[in-house]
Amino acid sequence: MKNTLMTICALALSLAGGTALAQETVKIGVINAYSGQFADPAAQLDAGIKLYMQIHGDEVAGKKIEIIRKDVGGIAPDVAKRLAEELVVRDGVDILAGNLLTPNALAVGAVSEEAEKFMVVMNAATSIIIKKSPYMARTSLTAAQLNHAFGEWVADNGVKEVYTMVTDYGPGIGSGAAFEAAFVAKGGKVVGADRTPVVNPDFSPFVQRIADAKPEALYAWVPGGTQPPALGKALAERGVTPANTKIYAQGELTDDAALEAMGDVALGIVTAYHYNVHRDTPLNNEFVAAFKAANDGRDPDIYSIGAYDGMHLIYEALKKTNGDASGPALIAAAKGMAWDSPRGPMSIDPETRDVVQTVWIREVQKLDGKPANVIIDQVDNAKDPTH
Amino acid sequence: MSQLFAVLFDGFAYGMLLFLLSVGLSVTLGLMNFTNLAHGAFAMVGGYVTYSLVELAGWPFLATLPFAFLITAIIAAGFERFLFRRIYEAGELNQVLFTIGLVFAASAVAAYFFGTVHHSVDLPAYLTGFIEVGSVKLPAYRIFLVVVALVVTAIVVAGLEYTRFGAMVRASVDNQKVARGLGLNVNRIFALTFALGSGLAGLGGALAIDILSLDPSFGFHILVLVLIVVAVGGLGSIWGSFLAAACLGIFDVAGKYFIPELGAFLIYLFMVALLFIKPRGLFGRR
Amino acid sequence: MDPHLWLKRKGRISPYEVAFWPIVLVLPFWLFPTYLSLSSQIAITALFCISLDLILGYAGIISLGHAAFFGIGAYAAGLLSAHGWGEPLSGLAFAAVVAAFAGWIVSFMIVRVQHLALLMITLGLGFLLVELANSLGSFTGGADGLQGIDTWKLLGVWKFSFWGKTAYAYSLAVLFILFLVCRRIVRSPFGLTLEAIRENPDRTTALGAPNRAHLQKIFTLSAGIAGIAGALLAQTTETVSLESLGFQRSAEIAIMLILGGTGRLYGAILGAIIFMVARDQLAGMNPQYWYFWIGLLLMIVVLFMPRGILGGLERLAAFGRRR
Repeated sequence: MKNTLMTICALALSLAGGTALAQETVKIGVINAYSGQFADPAAQLDAGIKLYMQIHGDEVAGKKIEIIRKDVGGIAPDVAKRLAEELVVRDGVDILAGNLLTPNALAVGAVSEEAEKFMVVMNAATSIIIKKSPYMARTSLTAAQLNHAFGEWVADNGVKEVYTMVTDYGPGIGSGAAFEAAFVAKGGKVVGADRTPVVNPDFSPFVQRIADAKPEALYAWVPGGTQPPALGKALAERGVTPANTKIYAQGELTDDAALEAMGDVALGIVTAYHYNVHRDTPLNNEFVAAFKAANDGRDPDIYSIGAYDGMHLIYEALKKTNGDASGPALIAAAKGMAWDSPRGPMSIDPETRDVVQTVWIREVQKLDGKPANVIIDQVDNAKDPTH
Repeated sequence: MSQLFAVLFDGFAYGMLLFLLSVGLSVTLGLMNFTNLAHGAFAMVGGYVTYSLVELAGWPFLATLPFAFLITAIIAAGFERFLFRRIYEAGELNQVLFTIGLVFAASAVAAYFFGTVHHSVDLPAYLTGFIEVGSVKLPAYRIFLVVVALVVTAIVVAGLEYTRFGAMVRASVDNQKVARGLGLNVNRIFALTFALGSGLAGLGGALAIDILSLDPSFGFHILVLVLIVVAVGGLGSIWGSFLAAACLGIFDVAGKYFIPELGAFLIYLFMVALLFIKPRGLFGRR
Repeated sequence: MDPHLWLKRKGRISPYEVAFWPIVLVLPFWLFPTYLSLSSQIAITALFCISLDLILGYAGIISLGHAAFFGIGAYAAGLLSAHGWGEPLSGLAFAAVVAAFAGWIVSFMIVRVQHLALLMITLGLGFLLVELANSLGSFTGGADGLQGIDTWKLLGVWKFSFWGKTAYAYSLAVLFILFLVCRRIVRSPFGLTLEAIRENPDRTTALGAPNRAHLQKIFTLSAGIAGIAGALLAQTTETVSLESLGFQRSAEIAIMLILGGTGRLYGAILGAIIFMVARDQLAGMNPQYWYFWIGLLLMIVVLFMPRGILGGLERLAAFGRRR
């Protein structure tokens, strides 16, 4: 009996004192939606983290890097906040990373601020997240950054009227609003706006409304995953194609699966994106080849590149601070950091701590007999206009 | 006008897919009084069977459909024999807990073997294009869906009404005790019915890949849709499920076309209103 | 037996009960101080679970949309705080009133249907509410969740920090008080009438009990308690999202309740503890496939403890006594 009590006490002490023993390691807590509806993007994000550590090792500035993974199971800010608290209190992590989904990232941000921990947003794309904590940096994108640049570009290219169709939730609404604002500011006009449901959408009635309205151009936003091919199919089936309507969208719409679903009718769709899997540069080719080798031949996507660059930011910042993993030191090191990523040149804005990068404008053209995203223009050093 | 017809046809075809996915549940829930929330998981099994055969073994899509039905039915029969039979008398709450547990486990198994990625299948060329009916262009795959659903309905109805097995099922359901007394092996009849219903879900799952796409959470995804069809149609009524599925499909699409602002509300409003007026659904038996 | 005596005996406090509460107080605070955030959320979930037990376990009203009231409470407290009044206790009271009012409105519909229709109507209402909250994005924060919640110090003294001490003490205290209230209610003549209605509504009608009025009362009460649980979560985590209203939360709470055992209040608490601790531990070990083990746990419980875990323990205890 006495022994059992002793063991329990020892266990409790070691749990509480875990931080003191682990001085030589830098612990990174990754809060990610490993299970549930967003398990696939989460897996791609995780693969980006793994690949970076596989290539660059698990030692930086004399410290060993240790990853602790936590599953939020979907959109659940209450759980995300608790996991962040536990990572700080129980596991003694120095850095909070991952942050796939906006509501979760906002909740984790509060912990980052209170506990003064460096936080890296590797995907969530809503502008306001970055304001939640002064120790936060972002390596993915913001919806406003991409779509503001895109809206101006579309207006500059002579389009006068556009019909918008976006998914009826935060990221979709935010992207659509940024596009519309930039487009209208340059003299364009929005002639119609529809919102599609988040789950199980059947796009055909919405696409039919567009076919009936016969606008000059369509701006569409759908989340990645199952919806791009579904929307692509509906556009093809209802005859809304670049042959009669100019189609603009964020890059998800013409991902590989969607291009396959649409076939040749996709030719001429113009999209804006911050990462092109097929962009032919040595750095990107190397990254894609390594990623495919590690993931059964699957291509990396925006989640993987966001995580890969996020790890790069953590490693480089640690080098700069000589292994000092405190929040204030790391964010000071991260501010203004610039590097060449497989996606192109990017940096962390010293003022806002948000990502600055090139927005690539791509058109679907035939390449080796197959529709592919071909870069036709670029907007350099795009920043989030709302900061 | 013809365009509107095309949109409504899309809705009808979507409804037919829902019908295939839910008719089995209507039977097990309504006739056997077994709350099987794992019905969607069986549909997922069918989906992965077809995916594996098409994408990994290189079979043509059509040839895989009978196997999606058969393999799912066999697996379901195994579960019925060794697990579900033990909880027929355990009350609906225990059935809910057990079958939901099964969906959790099935979803994890699917994620482990097939990954979290959304899968699609290559369809043969004749199912991907359009067929022009008068001035209307209709997607070939949706026509195919409607045809399959109509054939299945015909077979199920004819099977229940005109075969010896159908007569035995109806007898077992109407009055189990008397059926047993007359020497019918009610357990075996229920097992077969359960397997056939699950097999149909498997077929539905295979056909759903192109419309809803396939991932490990498929079993959860379609659960709510399937429950809506069964509840609106009325437990145990095949015609009820058919009508409910068709109505839901068409109503959903038409609503989104005419009043897109209410797009996501309509299907639930429709269900709540209908069930409040007719708690037994359109054609409920009990 | 004299019915008054019988009631009194039924309400007697058992030694297990006396042991239970000090344990849940001591264990997290002194032995697992780094699990306080989890403990706080378990206490909140247990309270929510109890609210469902009141209608499902005692009155036989099966619901797949109970998170609607949890979420209404969460948004009520969250909005109050976001608009400048972050005092926690008055926030709880406000949330309780709003959620109970919503419950009272819905109860008129609920008492008129049974079985599958009841299940699907509660589910449908839950979905409608989520869509409504989503489309009122400027008010609720939409899919990003409600921003700007700031909970003031508890009683003006204790600050809510990421260590979770205040959060757990607060949640546990509210759980304990409301548990005592519920315990009193289910052991009152009113609570017994509810059980009678659950077992045989025709007979209670014949005996002159106002079935619908009773069911409406308990549903309203249950909605209010669910709202308090939601408000607790909103205040202790300073977040509210659409998911707090959603189907998944409704389904999970039902799973926990059935897992623990319905109609005994302690089953609700035990179910919440076991499910959430198991999930936390399994997900910690295996973030990608943990739900396989959860699924297995649920199936095993049904096969070997058909009356829930608490039912199983009771049987075990009875077996032990007999020997």
